[in-house]
Formats: sequence, C-alpha cells, structure tokens
Amino acid sequence: MAMTEQRVSYTLDSSLETIDNAEEKATRIATELGFPDDEIMQISMAVREGAVNAVLHGNAYAPDKKVVLAFERTGSDLIITIQDQGTGMDLSKIPNPLAPENLLKTSGRGIFLMRSFMDVVEIRPTNTGTELKLIKHVHGPTAGGKEASK
Amino acid sequence: MSMKVGSRQVDGVTIVDCSGRITLGEGSVILRDTVRDLLSKGNKKIVLNLQDVNYIDSSGIGELVSAFTTSKNLLNLTKKVHDLLQITKLYTVFDVKDDEASAVKSFK
Repeated sequence: MAMTEQRVSYTLDSSLETIDNAEEKATRIATELGFPDDEIMQISMAVREGAVNAVLHGNAYAPDKKVVLAFERTGSDLIITIQDQGTGMDLSKIPNPLAPENLLKTSGRGIFLMRSFMDVVEIRPTNTGTELKLIKHVHGPTAGGKEASK
Repeated sequence: MSMKVGSRQVDGVTIVDCSGRITLGEGSVILRDTVRDLLSKGNKKIVLNLQDVNYIDSSGIGELVSAFTTSKNLLNLTKKVHDLLQITKLYTVFDVKDDEASAVKSFK
C-alpha cells in the first residue's frame, strides 16, 4: 500500500479475493468521506465491477499480473482508478445490455452498471494494460467528509 | 455474508429461499448448482425468493438471467435488487411477486 494525504493506492493480486477486497475498500473510503448510503452502494458496486473486469477480463487471473487500485479525494470528486496488465478491450465491441436482443445475455452489464452509478467513467489503454477511471462528485453539506463536518 | 440457499415445497412449487450475496464466485455458483440440482430431481416449478439477498452484482444478475429459462419467477425483491433489475430493464422480463401465494398461484 502506498499512501499520501489525499491519495491511497493498493497493488493487488489477480484473484477473486481482490474483487471483494476492492469493494470493501471502496465502501470504507466512501463512508469515511461522508457519501450518503445510496451513493456508497453505487461507488462500491462500480469498484467491484471494475475489479471484476481487471481480474477476469484484463489479467485473466494471471498470477504474475497485478491490479492497481487507487482512491484520490480532490476538492469536489472521489477519483478511483483501477489498472490492469491485460491486453485491453475494444469498447466498440461491447454490446448495449439494454438492447432487446441482449437483455437475456448472462454477461456484459459491468460497464453499464459503472456508468449508471458513477458521474464519469473513462477507460483507456496504457502501455501495460487498461486504466479505468471512475469519478463520483461530492454533493451536499458533507462534501468535506466526516472530518470536515466535525 | 456469503450466499445461502434452502428449498421447500408449497403446493407443488419449489420455493428457493436465498440469502446473502449473489456475486461472482461462490454466490453465483451456489445459485446455479441449486437450480440445476432441483431440475435434475424433476422440480420444474421454481420460485427464487430473494427476500434476504442484500447484494447482487453483474455476475449475480447474469445468474438470475441464466436461471430465467427455468424460473422467471422472483419473489420478495429487496430495494437494491429491485433497483438493479429496473436499471438493467430486467424487472419486466421476470415475473416478480411480492407475496408467496401469488408466486405459487402463477403456476396454476
């Protein structure tokens, strides 16, 4: 784990445990920042889906590949990045899960859920894999988190 | 909380009581195996009671969709699961009931 005052990052294995771990970290950090319960659920689920993509579709459970998960608090946003070391994805080939012909497909909803729950979702290739950036704007009087509200 | 299931018979219909999390890994596998096991024993009228399912991810949604051909009958959705099925446009695909008697009756 590497930590600065406003940013914390974790280097994690490509395992199922990492997915649960990432979700738990997201829940804890979103709670500490004072997000309301419904947004905590949204953030934790988006991070879970991002971690699923990184572990399964990106790194394909490869033991020599890592997932880097980072949380950064800026003045108005919680910025979460998830990097994998996979071969990348072609977003144009991801079908719309809401299209009638795709409704009964058993997969393909992860990115859709992330986009439903977060204010910004960016996916870009890097030199070593794929980087997913998830941004949630901080709303309301608890914008400074629990520390600021004391 | 990990996924737990139990099943019981009501007027010839199998109610599968699910609790915990239906997520990638153990939760999805348990649900899949339970439905397969019931089918192999000739139980074809299946209702998934999700009253105590407090969390479901995209893999869990996929598992519900996978079970759809067997059971499109869902019972007692929590708000989280209800909302997820709404935004994925699956709510109207499944036959969702709020009371067990109606779910059982739907097979008549």
